[in-house]
Amino acid sequence: MAKMSPKARRGLGILAVGAVLAVAVGLTLSALEDTVVYFYDPSTLADKPLDDRLIRVGGLVVEGSVSTQTTPIQFSLSDGAAEVKVVYSGILPDLFREGQGIIAEGRFDGQVFTAETVLAKHDETYMPKEIADSLKDKGLWKDQPQSDNAY
Amino acid sequence: MTEFLQMGGYAAFIWPSWGLAVLVLLGVTVSSLRHGRRIQKELEQSELKPEQKKEQS
Amino acid sequence: MFDYLANPARFQRIANVIRPLAWLIFIITLLPGLYYAFFNSPADYQQGETVRIMYIHVPSAWMALMGYVLMALMALFYLVWKHPLADIAARSMALPGAAFAFITLVTGSLWGAPMWGTWWVWDARLTSMLILLFLYIGYMVLVDSFDREDRGSKAGAVLLLVGVINIPIIKFSVDWWNTLHQGASVIRVGGPLIDASMLIPLLLMAAAAKWWFIAITLIRMRTLMGERRLQSRLASRREGGAHD
Repeated sequence: MAKMSPKARRGLGILAVGAVLAVAVGLTLSALEDTVVYFYDPSTLADKPLDDRLIRVGGLVVEGSVSTQTTPIQFSLSDGAAEVKVVYSGILPDLFREGQGIIAEGRFDGQVFTAETVLAKHDETYMPKEIADSLKDKGLWKDQPQSDNAY
Repeated sequence: MTEFLQMGGYAAFIWPSWGLAVLVLLGVTVSSLRHGRRIQKELEQSELKPEQKKEQS
Repeated sequence: MFDYLANPARFQRIANVIRPLAWLIFIITLLPGLYYAFFNSPADYQQGETVRIMYIHVPSAWMALMGYVLMALMALFYLVWKHPLADIAARSMALPGAAFAFITLVTGSLWGAPMWGTWWVWDARLTSMLILLFLYIGYMVLVDSFDREDRGSKAGAVLLLVGVINIPIIKFSVDWWNTLHQGASVIRVGGPLIDASMLIPLLLMAAAAKWWFIAITLIRMRTLMGERRLQSRLASRREGGAHD
């Protein structure tokens, strides 16, 4: 160690501080997991304790579950494993439609999720409408989200 | 043309986005060039000997 | 290569060649980029015309990240090898980098409003991007808040290296946690999920952003080197004057 050049010592010092910092930030973020996560899936929602706090749930709008004629609007969200029924009286974002990824913020009483805000989440695929239509025509459309985070 | 400007009803979001980007990038460009030119001039000035400076002024 | 470039005179000679070239490449990527972005690319099947915000939002975000990574690299060179040129480079990249971070946030907000239904949420991606803007601003304020310039440079370099932890957090936030922001479309395992007709304007605009950044950085570096030469010249003249 004593024979190291000042340059190497400085470099090693910076590396060590960086490593410690990275571990510290990693630990902090994993401890804060619940705060960093912006929304829960319908299947994890059941495990959350029921209280009066605002929570968010995200999932795909179940086909055929939407009734916009009723007040409040009703629809179901699914993550493939579980479904949750949502009621909402407010303005829906432009992207709201069946099969779309949606995040609802509101309260859950164990059966029905009463939303105060509804946000649309889109996936990371971009293509012109004609191509999307022809993919659907040919039956090549993947209804499954491209990644875990697509809804 | 109007159809193009309306951007399918999203004109209020698309044009401000681009407008702001142009404004910010142009601002950085102009201020960088101006500052550079000023420093270059001052450098040239300081290269002149004091006697030359008197003659100039 | 870094040692080779660290000689300021040699660096300036090379930079004088690259600078006009950078402007040229900027123009020849920007013009077709804008043409494709507005006139020769389709609307998205989901997001309609708002996809045109992507062509400024995404290149800005890439450059904000890349600019910061380059600055952090310069900070490392400065702290370990004490090259003043590395400090000058980092200082010169801060303003254009901050500009890109700012544009990313505002255009993202203008895109999120119609599509997501909100201007802003505190999800991991948006929050970490805001922190990046604060790091840029913090760096610019910090380096200029010391009487002795080298103290400012050193403090700034430390801040840059500490803040570099934020970069992987921004990039992978959309994979690690549930966020409102969608996952990566271009730089991802398995290839881009963007149709070629939209990828062309995106990559052209990204190239334009990159070469603009290079040109501006080189201009600002020359200015800063000139400023330092000016200062030392004035200082030596003042000292010389005392002996007269």
